[in-house]
Amino acid sequence: MTVPFYVAPEQLMKDRADFARSGIARGRSVVALRYVDGICLVAENRSAALHKVSEIYDRIGFAAVGRYNEFENLRIAGIRHADLRGYSYDRRDVTARGLANAYAQLLGTIFSSGGEKPYEVELVVAEVGETPGGDQLYRITYDGSITDESDVAVIGGSADRIATTVAAGMKPTQSLGDAVRGAVTALSGAAALGVDALEVAVLDRTRSQARKFRRLSGPELTDLMAGPASPTKRKRSKAPELGSDATGSAVRAES
Amino acid sequence: MSSPRTPGLSRDLLNEHTTSFADLVGRVSPELLPAQRSSTADLAPTATTIVALTTPDAVVMAGDRRATMGHTIAQRDIEKVFGADEYSLVGIAGSAGLSIEMVRLFRVELEHYEKLEGVSLSLDGKANRLSALIRGNLGLALQGFVVVPLLAGWDQDRAVARIFSYDATGGRYEESHFFAVGSGAPYARGALKKLYRPDFTVVDAVTAAVQSLVDAADDDAATGGPDLARRIFPVVWVASADGVRRVPDIEVGEAVDAVVSARRSRPDGPGAPLL
Repeated sequence: MTVPFYVAPEQLMKDRADFARSGIARGRSVVALRYVDGICLVAENRSAALHKVSEIYDRIGFAAVGRYNEFENLRIAGIRHADLRGYSYDRRDVTARGLANAYAQLLGTIFSSGGEKPYEVELVVAEVGETPGGDQLYRITYDGSITDESDVAVIGGSADRIATTVAAGMKPTQSLGDAVRGAVTALSGAAALGVDALEVAVLDRTRSQARKFRRLSGPELTDLMAGPASPTKRKRSKAPELGSDATGSAVRAES
Repeated sequence: MSSPRTPGLSRDLLNEHTTSFADLVGRVSPELLPAQRSSTADLAPTATTIVALTTPDAVVMAGDRRATMGHTIAQRDIEKVFGADEYSLVGIAGSAGLSIEMVRLFRVELEHYEKLEGVSLSLDGKANRLSALIRGNLGLALQGFVVVPLLAGWDQDRAVARIFSYDATGGRYEESHFFAVGSGAPYARGALKKLYRPDFTVVDAVTAAVQSLVDAADDDAATGGPDLARRIFPVVWVASADGVRRVPDIEVGEAVDAVVSARRSRPDGPGAPLL
């Protein structure tokens, strides 16, 4: 008769955590940081179609790193959760806090249940407030733990190093250009990242529409990365940004 | 099945395979669908006239502000025209409570698809989704709670403004140039037949819409005319390549004042040439 192989629970959890962490560490990082008019989400992403940063609800954005199919599933479930809640109560009743808790519960359950492999993902749920005081940033890890970040949240491979760099150079009253440039500098390794290697979106509280999420790409992003020296004409700032493929001409910015 | 009131992210949400919000609600919380709601038969107010007309680069939709319950005016400042998403408008005539709920569902339906798929539906796709929602209401329509929306929008693929009308079974019909729905629609449509020009500017179209609503209010008890004392004017929206916008009350007020003052000398409105 065979004796069941005994594994201590501490060891089991450690193995699962190591597994999830190594999966996440392979991915490139995403930075979410505050600027004067809202929250800016910056990711290194060479694909124009597979997003790491996306819209969940009127004031809520989502950023993720790790295994694409897993966080895409979580993104869709989050949109469904938010739309259902907003439809059954009111649009104002959908909050980042509620959504972050829902994600945390799901990830925590999966992590500690023996049946499934843990999700190899880290998420940021961001909500832009009516005023800067209402801005919220939550970082959720593979095991379901939530961190409530004040100004900067970084997820992915070298999150700690990048978070230190970004936090050192930022203040919440900075302009959007400063926020994007700061995030890109921190994300860049030896070579600076160009516009075509970036996915940038903002939750902009000054936007007149109820939906505050907007993608920045193409010439607008090039202008922002070039800095205040060049005359930045913010065209299309009122134009609706539907979908994604507004990349247009991918101009490499030398900054 | 889960309900949206349970805390946490339900596993059901991970296992669905639909991009349709209406289908999702039907499966996860069917009691939230407007068609599933029961209502007290004689007590539901009715919303009335909606008109829409196209110009070369936009479409204008306007609705009066009256809701009636039998012979009583239930509300004198109800809003019956809404922006459905960034490029389309929906106006409602029929049972007011169900209609407004259906518009709410339709708006989430469009936004839900757009967020999940990353692109918005084509205008024909939106028109077909609205058909399906109306068909879902057929049971209540047979009991007298009819919902008759009018959909108009800017078709980004074809760069034209388009109008769709519906019947109670969800039948969808594309209209050319202009259309009206609701109890005052025959009068409004008659007015637009005489007034409409294909080369209207948006300002002209707003004036024509106000003219047609005044004519509808003139002959239909359930349609409210402009309320000059309270300054309650029709709700007017415009959809164009720049997106949708509501025409501010000040601009609608100017059109209303012009129409009303012209009717002091000719109460039936402008005359059309005989031939």
